[in-house]
Amino acid sequence: MSIKIALAGNPNCGKTTLFNVLTGSNQFVGNWPGVTVEKKEGKAKLNPEVTVTDLPGIYSLSPYTMEEVVARNYLIGERPDAIINLIDGTNLERNLYLTTQLVELGIPVIVAVNMMDLVKKNGDKIDVKELSKRLGCRVVEVSALKGEGIKELVDQAVKASKEDKTVPQHTFSGPVEHAIAHIEEAIVHDLPEEQQRWYAIKVFERDSNVLKKLKVKAETLAHVEQDIAKAEKEMDDDAESIVTNERYIYIAELIKACYKKKNKGQLTVSDKIDKIVTNRWLGLPIFAAVMFVVYYVAMVTVGAAATDWANDGLFGDGFHLFGIGSKEYNEAAEEFGEAAVVLDAFEYADPSEVPENTSVEYTLVDEETLDEEVVTFTKGDLVEATQTVDKYEGEEPDPANYGVWVPGVPVVVGNFLEKIGCNEVLSSLILDGIVAGVGAVLGFVPQMLVLFFMLAILESCGYMARIAFVMDRIFRKFGLSGKSFIPILVGTGCGIPGIMASRTIENDRDRRITIMTTTFIPCGAKIPFIAMVAGAIFNHSPFVSVSAYFIGMAAIIVSGIILKKTKLFAGDPAPFVMELPAYHWPKLSNVLRSTWERGWSFIKKAGTVILLSTIVIWFLTYFGFTAEGFRMLGEDEIDKSLLAFLGNLIAWIFSPLGWGNWQSAVASITGLVAKENIVGTMGILFSFDGGSAFHNLALAFTHASGFSFLLFNLLCAPCFAAIGAIKREMNNRKWTWIAIGYQTVFAYLVALIAYQFGSMFSGYGNVFGFIVAAVALAFGLYLLFRKNPNK
Amino acid sequence: MTLKEVKIGQTATVVKINSTGPVKRRIMDMGITKGIEIFVRKVAPLGDPIEITVRGYELSIRKEDAALIDVK
Repeated sequence: MSIKIALAGNPNCGKTTLFNVLTGSNQFVGNWPGVTVEKKEGKAKLNPEVTVTDLPGIYSLSPYTMEEVVARNYLIGERPDAIINLIDGTNLERNLYLTTQLVELGIPVIVAVNMMDLVKKNGDKIDVKELSKRLGCRVVEVSALKGEGIKELVDQAVKASKEDKTVPQHTFSGPVEHAIAHIEEAIVHDLPEEQQRWYAIKVFERDSNVLKKLKVKAETLAHVEQDIAKAEKEMDDDAESIVTNERYIYIAELIKACYKKKNKGQLTVSDKIDKIVTNRWLGLPIFAAVMFVVYYVAMVTVGAAATDWANDGLFGDGFHLFGIGSKEYNEAAEEFGEAAVVLDAFEYADPSEVPENTSVEYTLVDEETLDEEVVTFTKGDLVEATQTVDKYEGEEPDPANYGVWVPGVPVVVGNFLEKIGCNEVLSSLILDGIVAGVGAVLGFVPQMLVLFFMLAILESCGYMARIAFVMDRIFRKFGLSGKSFIPILVGTGCGIPGIMASRTIENDRDRRITIMTTTFIPCGAKIPFIAMVAGAIFNHSPFVSVSAYFIGMAAIIVSGIILKKTKLFAGDPAPFVMELPAYHWPKLSNVLRSTWERGWSFIKKAGTVILLSTIVIWFLTYFGFTAEGFRMLGEDEIDKSLLAFLGNLIAWIFSPLGWGNWQSAVASITGLVAKENIVGTMGILFSFDGGSAFHNLALAFTHASGFSFLLFNLLCAPCFAAIGAIKREMNNRKWTWIAIGYQTVFAYLVALIAYQFGSMFSGYGNVFGFIVAAVALAFGLYLLFRKNPNK
Repeated sequence: MTLKEVKIGQTATVVKINSTGPVKRRIMDMGITKGIEIFVRKVAPLGDPIEITVRGYELSIRKEDAALIDVK
C-alpha cells in the first residue's frame, strides 16, 4: 500500500534539505498545475511505500499568495495520508503559526522540530513531550542538515498515517467558537466530520475561495454573517484578524510551557554578520563587491570560458583537451594568418620578381563588425611573410597537430555524413538545422550552470534576501524587485541566464516584469552589430555603443513603470514584508542539486522552441526559387532564398522606421536565431556593386535610419534561445506572447519616434510620419506619467 | 505614533493595524499582532525598507507598510 505524505513548512526552515535527505536522488520535479511554483515529489529512501510531496514554503494558509493557495488546494483536494510539518526549532513562535492551521485540516500531522542541534548548542530547551500533548499530534526532533532523526520521522509518519486522528487542541474565545458552531451546523455539516472545523473557520474568516467552493446559499450566508458580525463587534476587530490574533496568543502560551531560552538578547553570529553586511554605510559597497564577484565568475572568467568551449569547441570546430597545445596552435595560426594576408595583398607574387621599395595598400575587414582598415605592406613584409608560409609548407596550421585535439560535434557529424555519402539536403538539415539548433540550446548551458551555482549559494546562505532589502528602494519604483538587479546585471553578458536568474524573485508581478525587460540591456551578442552600426554609419563614434547601454536601462525603467500601471498587472497589492533568514553555510549537495535542476529545466522546457525555430530558419535560408527552379542554395546565395522573399514581403513594415529594404528586414530575422548573425547577414547582403558591405551600409543608411535600425534590433524580441528561456520562466503561453509582443511593439515605436524626429530635425522628414511619431510619443508619455489605476 | 516613526534601536508595542484584506492579513501572518513588541534594528542603506525583530526573528518591511501599524 502506498502512503502519500505532504511536507509543509515555512520558507527557510530547512525543508529543501529535509526533502533531499528523505528522498535522495529519487525525485520528480514539475510544476503545480497552471502556476510557476515548482512541485517536487519523491519516494522515501527508507520506505519505498511512502511518496513525499514537497509543498511550497509558506507562512500561513491564507488565500492571498499563489504558494499558499497551491499548498491549500493540494491539502484539501488530494488529502494526503499525513502531513510532516517541519518547523525551525530556533524560531518556534512564527513556525508554529502554520502548525496551528495544519492541525485543523483533519489530516494526521507529525511535527518535525528541525535544527535541534543548534537549539541544544545555544543551551535552549524544547519540551517535545509537552509540545506533542498540547498540539495533539506526534512531535519528532530532527536535524535535516546532519541527517539525524530521519528514520524516526519516517516511522512515526507512517504510523500516524495509519493510526492517528489529529484533533486541534486549541479553542478560540467564546464569541468566535459560538459563531463557528453555528457555521458548522448551517453550512458544513454534510462534510466528513474531520474536515468540518477547518471549513467552518475559513467561512468565519470569509475566505472567498472556500465560500466559492462550498456554494453557500445567500440566505444561509446572511444568517451566519450575523454571527460573524456579532463576534467582530464583541472583539472589536475583523474576523480574519481575530483568528490570527488568537492563534498567536495560543502560541505564546505554548512557548511559555515548552520552551526555555538560556540567554536573552545576546548577539548570535548571524546577527554580527548582518550588522556589517547590511550596514548603512558598508551595505552598498559590500553589495557591489558581491555582484562584481558573481559577474566576474559567471560572465567573464569561468562562465565565458564555458560558453566559448561549448559554442566554439564542442559545437564548433573542436577544442584542445584541457587546453593542451591551444596556446601553441593560436600563435602558429596567428603567425600564418598574418603572413597569408601579406601574400594576398601582393597577389601571391614571387618576392624575387617584386621591385625594391614597392608597397601595396590593402583593406582588412574585421569579420565581427565589418569594419575596414587600410594597411600598407612593403617588400620587406612580403619576404618575411613568404618565409613564414614556407615554414608551414604553405599549409594552414592544423589544430589537430598541436596537443590533444578533440573535434567538435558538427565536424564529427559532418565527416560521418560525408563518409556514408549522405544526400546534400539531408546533410545540411542535420548539420545546419539540427546540430546547430541543439548547439544553440546546449551552448548556453555550461555558463548557465556556473551562474546558477553562484545564485544557489547566494540563496542558501541568506544573502539573496539581503539583496532585495538593499536594492528594494530603487527597483520597486519600476515595478521590479530588488532581486531584479541580478537578472539585469547578468543580462549585460547574456540575456538567457539573465532571464533564468529571475527565478529567485518570489512576487509574480515583479518576476514577470523582470522577464519582460531583462533583454533590453545590450547582451554580448548585440555588441558586434552595435559596433557595425557605429563604424559604418556613425564614423566610429564611441557615443553609439555607450548610448545603447543607456537606452537599454531607460527601456527597462520606462517599461517597468508603464507595465505596472497596465491592467495586466492589476490585482491585490502584496505588501513587501520579507523574512531576513539567519545566515548559514550553504550545503554543497543542495547547491549542486538546485544548479542542476535549473539547468535541466532550461534544456527541457526551452529546448524545443529553440530547436524548432532554428530548423525553420535553416529551411528559409537555404532554399529558394532560382532560374533552375526551387532548390537548395549555397551559403552566399541568401538573396535568392525564401528568407529574402519573406524580407521583401515584410520590408514595408519597416519603411516608417527608415530602413524599408529587404536586406535589413532579413538581417533582423536572422538576428532572431542569434543577434550576432545580423552582422554576417548584412555582410553578405550589402556586398554588391563592387563596393564593400561597410561602404554600402554607409550609403544605404542615414544617421536617423541607422540609429532606428540599431534601436529596433536592440529592443525587439530577443534571440530564440532567450525566447525559449522566457517561455520556461513564464511557464505560460499567453504570458510568453505578451512578453515578446510587448518587446517588439515597444522597439518598433521607439525606433519610429527616433527616425521620424531625427529625420525631421535633419531637414528631410515626412510630415505625416512625424505626426504619427508625435502621437506615439504622446501616448507613451501618457502611459508613463498617468496615475497608477491599480493603486 | 506609527512603526515608521520609531527610531532605530528602540522597541515599541503594536496597538493597531490600519489596513484591511490581504495587506493586513499578510502583516499579521508574519507575527505582527496586537500587543507584540517590535524592535527596530536598522534601516536599509538607501533609507527604506527597515529591518525589525519580531517574535525572535528578522523581518524587512517597507516604510509605507510600517506607517499602517500604530504603536506605543
